[in-house]
Amino acid sequence: MKRKTSRSSGFLPGFGLTMGYTIIYLSLLVLIPLSVLFLKASTMSWEAFIGTILDERVLSSIRVSVVTSFFAACMNAVFGVLVAWVLARYQFVGKRFIDGIVDLPFALPTAVGGIALTSIYAENGWIGQFAAEWGIKIAYTPLGIWVALTFIGLPFVVRTVQPVLQDWDLQMEEAAATLGATRWNTFFRVILPHLLPAVLTGFALAFARALGEYGSVVFISGNMPHKTEIVPLLIMTKLEQFDYAGATAIATVMLVASFVMLLIINYLQWRINKFDAAR
Amino acid sequence: MKHMTESAWIRWLLICLALFFLGLFLILPLVAVFMEAFKQGSEMFMAAILDEETFAAVKLTLLVALVSVPLNVTFGVAAAWAIAKFTFRGKNILLTLIDLPFAVSPVIAGLIFVLLFGSQGVAYPWLEAHDIKIIFAVPGIILATTFVTFPFVARELIPIMEAQGKDEEEAAVSLGASGWKTFFRVTLPNVKWGLLYGVILCNARAMGEFGAVSVVSGHIRGMTNTLPLHVEILYNEYQFAAAFSVATLLAALALVTLILKSIIEWKTQRKEELP
Repeated sequence: MKRKTSRSSGFLPGFGLTMGYTIIYLSLLVLIPLSVLFLKASTMSWEAFIGTILDERVLSSIRVSVVTSFFAACMNAVFGVLVAWVLARYQFVGKRFIDGIVDLPFALPTAVGGIALTSIYAENGWIGQFAAEWGIKIAYTPLGIWVALTFIGLPFVVRTVQPVLQDWDLQMEEAAATLGATRWNTFFRVILPHLLPAVLTGFALAFARALGEYGSVVFISGNMPHKTEIVPLLIMTKLEQFDYAGATAIATVMLVASFVMLLIINYLQWRINKFDAAR
Repeated sequence: MKHMTESAWIRWLLICLALFFLGLFLILPLVAVFMEAFKQGSEMFMAAILDEETFAAVKLTLLVALVSVPLNVTFGVAAAWAIAKFTFRGKNILLTLIDLPFAVSPVIAGLIFVLLFGSQGVAYPWLEAHDIKIIFAVPGIILATTFVTFPFVARELIPIMEAQGKDEEEAAVSLGASGWKTFFRVTLPNVKWGLLYGVILCNARAMGEFGAVSVVSGHIRGMTNTLPLHVEILYNEYQFAAAFSVATLLAALALVTLILKSIIEWKTQRKEELP
């Protein structure tokens, strides 16, 4: 990494020191600990590894995690665009407050969010009791997991779409309107396609976060194997039973999935930047 | 011009819909924390807050933040200097590696340190020989917290320092200033708001982290219980009022974080960006 020859003509000092420190700190805290996971997984036999992953309970938890995360990210994509649009385009009382509160799920510890949502959506809670009248149970069902994941993923789409809308060049909309397009047509034919990379990035970020989320989900999910058990919780359960090999195998699959998501997100962001530069 | 904006009632409808959604998913939970905390009166609330175990949890939470935040600030500044002020091969790979902890589930973040230092861990024989305890002890909590908060400061500083270029620093150095002097007199004043922004976000996550800490802590009351873990224990013992009372401390921390964040954004008129 320390290739002094390839750095630019600058003569600022401190490259060796800061780069050295960065690499050492990154390796000690992140790279070596993460590689231990793969090392541990590689000591398992292939049959044992596959056997762990293809276990009925593990597959169920993967299904629960993927389905609830996907629908939570969809919810966030739709309402994230709506909130970003309202914040970027309209003036209303309390807008600054609303703009600030959007980041609450990042600032509020997940455990606090989890117990608060559980108290609201439980059968005797503020919203839960109305849902119960309709015969719908929210807390302790997959629906409850979806509520918690929607909560923690909420800021992602808003914060990716909002800056795009704020830097927006109104000329294209003007052109569409001049050519006789209705506002409806303009939104779906001109504005939305332009927003798509940002929406997708936000969706992917929310989805990735939801897959790994633990704190806000454990309280509201009820944690029933096969029904409301998510992957991070299953890893936790395996650890508590001292089944380190099982926990490692599941974690390895999950980590690889996270890396793939990270690559997709980086690609999407690179696309947006290229797009911005071209404009 | 016609068709350039929506009719008034559509605008009104969209605003209401957005506010309803945010009210349902954000405001209501926040209100619920405080309502549930005072459900059994302010005496119960005060009793939960002034409890000895709560006090121990507050102390541990502050200690963890006091160690992990400065560690990540030092790293963030060093990484930003190397990445923003110099050109080198593999920069994009380095940036992706710095982002890694954000992509890792908190539970896995805890797990990797258990695999390293736990009773079946790679480094366990050595640790045992030297009588060092990391897992189910404070060092493990600090390690896991530092891991999950790793990218915050670096990710804030790198784009700001890149945008500012290096002309000012080069001028200072060519006029004879030392590297350290250049950093403290030229670079730091330029990035102070961005640095503060990163520190605030890093601190909020460090104090509020639950999943990763939960794996490595062992939940020993008064010893390895941080505030979020204390909330969990009280809640699981059906002491709901007490759990929500302790949770108000964390909710207050979140509100202070959001207010400071808004002030910095307003001060610098910075655009919103991802955490």
